[in-house]
This record gives sequence, structure tokens and C-alpha cells, in this order.
Amino acid sequence: MTANGWLQILFFSACVLLVAKPLGKYLVRVYDGSVRWLAPVERGIYRLGGVDPAEDQHWTRYAGAMLLFSLATMLLTYIVLRLQHLLPLNPQHFAAVTDRQAFETSASFTTNTNWQSYVGESVMSYFSQMTQLAFHNFASAAVGIACAVALVRGIARKSAGKIGNFWVDLVRGTLYVLIPLSLVVALILVQQGAIQNFAKYLEVTTLEGAKQVIAMGPVASQEAIKQLGTNGGGFFNANAAHPFENPTPWTNFWSMFAIFMIPSALTYFLGRMVKNQKHGWAVWAAMFTLFFAGVATAYWAEARGNPIHAAHGIDVASSATNPGGNMEGKEVRFGIANSALYATVTTDASCGAVNAMHDSFTPIGGMVPLVNMQLGEVVFGGVGAGLYGMLMMVVLTVFIAGLMVGRTPEYLGKKIQAREVQMAMLYVLVFPAAILTMTAISVLVAPGLAGLNNAGPHGLSEILYAFSSTAANNGSAFAGLTGTTYYYNTMLGLNTLIGRFAMMVPMLALAGFLAEKKASPESAGTFPVTTPLFVVLLVGVVLIVSALTFFPALSLGPLVEHLMMLKGGLF
Amino acid sequence: MLRKQLRPAIVLTLLLCVITGVVYPGIVTGLAQVLFPHQANGSLVTANGRVVGSALIGQTFTRPEYFHPRPSAAGNGYDASASSGTNKGPTDRKLADTLIAGAIDDAIKNNGAVKGSIPADMVTSSASGLDPDISPANAFLQVARVARARQADSARVRTLVEQHITGRQFGFFGEPRVNVLLLNIALDSVLPRPAAAR
Repeated sequence: MTANGWLQILFFSACVLLVAKPLGKYLVRVYDGSVRWLAPVERGIYRLGGVDPAEDQHWTRYAGAMLLFSLATMLLTYIVLRLQHLLPLNPQHFAAVTDRQAFETSASFTTNTNWQSYVGESVMSYFSQMTQLAFHNFASAAVGIACAVALVRGIARKSAGKIGNFWVDLVRGTLYVLIPLSLVVALILVQQGAIQNFAKYLEVTTLEGAKQVIAMGPVASQEAIKQLGTNGGGFFNANAAHPFENPTPWTNFWSMFAIFMIPSALTYFLGRMVKNQKHGWAVWAAMFTLFFAGVATAYWAEARGNPIHAAHGIDVASSATNPGGNMEGKEVRFGIANSALYATVTTDASCGAVNAMHDSFTPIGGMVPLVNMQLGEVVFGGVGAGLYGMLMMVVLTVFIAGLMVGRTPEYLGKKIQAREVQMAMLYVLVFPAAILTMTAISVLVAPGLAGLNNAGPHGLSEILYAFSSTAANNGSAFAGLTGTTYYYNTMLGLNTLIGRFAMMVPMLALAGFLAEKKASPESAGTFPVTTPLFVVLLVGVVLIVSALTFFPALSLGPLVEHLMMLKGGLF
Repeated sequence: MLRKQLRPAIVLTLLLCVITGVVYPGIVTGLAQVLFPHQANGSLVTANGRVVGSALIGQTFTRPEYFHPRPSAAGNGYDASASSGTNKGPTDRKLADTLIAGAIDDAIKNNGAVKGSIPADMVTSSASGLDPDISPANAFLQVARVARARQADSARVRTLVEQHITGRQFGFFGEPRVNVLLLNIALDSVLPRPAAAR
């Protein structure tokens, strides 16, 4: 580890802190309707769509609209991918995407997962990339934020039955938040070298006289929203490690900052909306604690390098001229610190973009992204999904704290009763159930084992990672696993749908239940949700819930692999 | 109840698809092509009047008179239409005993490298398989070989390498690095290859 590495990590942390307030305030104004500079476009959309923007929706209606919209976008993408060969902007004449891959891709992008079993530059036409995959990057992100906004409204409103209008939240988030921010980030990326064109792949003769075919495309526009919307689906197979997606350390910083920007601001948004800014900061602090622990662990493990490779002769000590550490699957311009930081950020935030190959991380370094996802993507988390996931944990924390002192648990003046806890528990249990069941099935059946690229405990990690990533709607991979089979396309596609909708619906139900409740004034017996004690309890609940469910699987994967590595064991 | 939501679901899907999938990338492409056309089209570099590649995309070099890039898992090596890492894990036998050990043997044979002091990037594959850069230590280790092959003074080659080190961006972002293609183009123009090697 180097001083410069830590400086970069601290600078990044400071930026994440500083953006929370200004962007959070803007989000409040976007979702209460006071930002209006695109009002004519907005009105036109509502008129064509037959939307009454003044309508306030019950949670069932809000959830129904969200499900219908998601289904419509998913069907559209399936159709377009299957007909890709007939559509324009396909200079490389790619064939139609196969049925299983089109299913998985449309499910994966609809759910903000962006797990990719395809190789972007040799399967997807520019038309499919732009009009479908990038469109989903916007739409699924706007849906995520909308649902978080609805939950916050449910907490903030008193004796109301309604939690807002899904269509309005969807449109306003897209127009006023995602598109303007994406434009800015996209131009920063292009200025630094990310490409943005519709040209045919370029064939050049290299300096040594060999042929090299260089893939082209409208990359920067997609890259920007892929980060901002915590989607993570790369234009190219190598994702943000590809120099045309992420050409310099400066674009790398902006990529990571774009991932955390909206999730960080949403905690401020929460504080503003519930008129308890300290609570917003307490949630931020819990998220930051978990983030920092993750990045410190990953950086330590990767900088230390791999003792087996060191024994072969690699100098793992970093110096002014040698990056040192474990450089397998990492880019020289990013080095160890930025690769560890990126891996932590992208998995904290259910983004899933990668600038280094997690499959080639050391066992502990690779366990950090895996654990981050298994925490339920609540560490800043996906846009919207991170906040509502963390608020589920807050409800559980308040409940557990109430049980400990023998009082009726209250959250911001609202009694947490059986219905609320049932919904929160459903949300928390669906997730490990999906991951562990599907992983267990996959290690028992032949098609599950057929896709492995690594033997031994690392093979188990590859499968566990795939199902954790898809259920958490992350989309990053231990990419050695061959996912282009009927088995994996189907299982992983289904897993993304479970991880999104089977968790969103109980969350929206909870929002509706909370909105109906009266708020009682705070009393001496109310558990304060603004103190360091609350932060500690919240972090504890997040860790305990996931540790209890995933520790056995982790001990058979990365933990045992770490011990094997120290003894020089190879598979 | 859901039937009334069907129209907004379909219409908003199509409208948002056009706005975010056609209008938005169209605007970005227009601005990019006007403001930053060189970057938007791939940062292409020319040598001797022809395009020889992109400054951002690594390419294969095997001849002794050129600096060599890192090992690559993209296609058959630096295939810029098939980016990829090895995705081999830390306890993978092939990675440790074949890929890395083989690269180390080459480094010792070709560059006189010493076990225990081999730069980490020299014998490991990058994430993209297209890494355009090597570390300064990696480049310095190749100076003697390149100078010998070009029958040139190794001090001059070393100076050229030093001139091609890109420092940390704005003083602290990222890591110091050397762009292999740009360095090799400079080599050809400053220290032309001996006729026999051409």
C-alpha cells in the first residue's frame, strides 16, 4: 500500500461526502415537482401516455405500474435483440441474439443488473446497444430511484394512504437527473479518449505489420449512464477496463464518482424528506463505514500480492516505477489502489462495472466484492435500491433495539408492528434464499459445473459470485464462468428477476403501510435514529444478517482458498 | 385496475426509449464529433503517413528492437475486437506454472531479468488484454535488449523511455506508465532500426 494510493481513496471519499448535500437538495426539488425547466417535454409525455400527473397512487397501484412498465421494457428488448439482424446500425452484420441470451439480457438489464453473458463487441449491434441497453440503463435506474422516493414518502407522510405517482417519478428522474448528469459525464469521458462514433470496426496494420481490428461504437454516452445509473453493463467485454471505455485515471475517478453520486445524495434526500437531517447523515455514516472497511481490506490484500506468484520471481513490493502487488487482471494506468477502490465501489453500489478482473483478485481481495453484494447492496447501493435496502435494515434495527429494551419499536414516530416486520423480513430472506438455493443446485448438476474456468475452491467462488451478483442486481462477475449456456442463461436471468421484483414489492408494501400510520411525538422512550449508537447497531445488523447466512458458503470458497494460497496450493 | 396502466406502460416505454436511446446518444455523438473528434474516433496514431493503431489500444510487439507490451488474453493477443483478461484465479495452476512462469522465463532469457525483481506488470495479463501501457520498471528492464537490437547507445534509449513516462494525472491520479506504441514509434524515428533487421 502506498501513501499515494490512500490519498486517492481519501480524495474520492471526500467527494462522495461533499456531493451529498447539493445533489440531495436538488433531488428533493425534482421529486416534489418544483424543478420545471423541461416542463413542455414532461407535459407532452404525460399527454401522450394518458398519465394524470396529479394522481396520487396507493402502493398497490404504484407497484402495479412499476411491474407493468418493467415488463413492457423487457419485452421490447427481447424483441429487438431477436430481430437485431434486420435492424439498422449494425455495421458488423451481427446475427440475431440467441433466444436464451436475449431472455437473460433483457431480464438482466430490466432489473438494473446488467449481467452480461455476451461479448459486447462481437454480439451486439450499435442499435441494440443504444436503443435497448442504454435505454434500460436510464429506465431501470429511474425505476429504482422512484421506488426509493416512494418509500421515503411513506415514511414521511402521516395518515396518508398514497405514496406518489410512479409515472411522474419515472419521467422526472430520467429528464431532470439522469440525462443532464449523463451528458456532463459523457463529455468528460470523450475529452479523455472514450470513443463516440458509429463507424465500422477499424482495420489497421500495426507497426510490426500485423493486422489489428479495433472495435468502435457509441461508447461514451452509454458509459456515462452505465455508471450514474449503477447499471454496469459494459459496451465491450472488458467493461471499464477497456481503454475506450475508461482511458485515463481521471475518467476512472469520474466513473467511480458517478456510481456513488446519486446513492450518496439520496441519504441527504431522506433526511430532508423526513425532516430529520441527522438521520440522513447517520444512514450515510453507516454506509461509509462499511464502504471504508471494504476498500481497506481489498487494497491490503491486492497490494500484498500473491505469494505463489512472488515465489516464481515477481517483485510484489510497489515502488515509484513498479506497481507491485497482484497485477494479474489489472491495468497499469489504474494500478492496485484504483483497482481495489473500483472493485469495492462497484459492488457496494450494485453497479457491476469493473476496471479489473475480480476473478483474478487474491482470495481475500475477491471476497470483498462478493461480501459487498451479499450485504444486500446497502452500502450506498444501487440508485434507489441502496437506500430502500438500507431502510429495510433500519426497520429491522429499530425492531431489534425495541425488543432489547422491551418497548414497542418506533421509527421516526411510527410504530413498527407485525405487518411491517413481516415485509422487512420477506425482503431480507428472499435474497439469501435465492442465492444459496441456486448455488447449491448448480454445484450438484452437470450443466452447472460445465461452465467453470477454475478448479478447487475458486470454482465454488465463481458460481457463488454469479448468483450473488445476479440476485443483488449487481452484474459484475468472476468472469471465468462460462455463462452462455441454456442452464446459466435461464438460472441467472430468473435470479435477476427474483432479486429485483420479489424484493421491491414487499418494500413498496411496507411504504404503503407506513404511509397509513399516524405519527406519535417522540418521547423519552423513543429509540434515537441519529446517534453513533444507532450507526453501530445498524452496521451490526447488516453484518450479522449476511454473515449468518453466507459465512458457511464463504468459508468453503474464498476463505479456504486463502489458506491454500498461503501454503502454495494450486488447482 | 392494471388495464388503465397499460397505455402509460407502453407509451412511456416507447417515448423514453426514443429520448434516452436515440436523442441522448445523438446529442453526445454530435457534441463529441464537433468538440473532440480525435478522441471520439479512437485517438488514432500515424507513422510514416499511415494509421498504425490507436494510442489507447495496445498491440503485439515481438521483435527484439521494439519494447514489448504485457501478456494479453484478448483473442490471440491484443485482439481489439475481443477484449478479455485471463480470468484465472489466484490458485490456478495454469496461471502460476504456465502463464506467469513462462513469461518470467522469457523475461530472464530476453532481458536478463533477475528472479525476485521482475516488475509485476511484465509477466501478468491485463484486465482488458489491450493495456497500452507498461510500468517504467518494465520499460527500463527492456532498454538493454532494445539498444542491442538497434545497435544503439543504451543511454539514448533510456533517455527516450524517461521522456515517455506519463506521470500521475494532475499529480496524484493513477500510476506512472509508459505507452508502448508511442514509445516504439519514437524509437523508429529517433533511432532507426539497422538495415539488417528490417
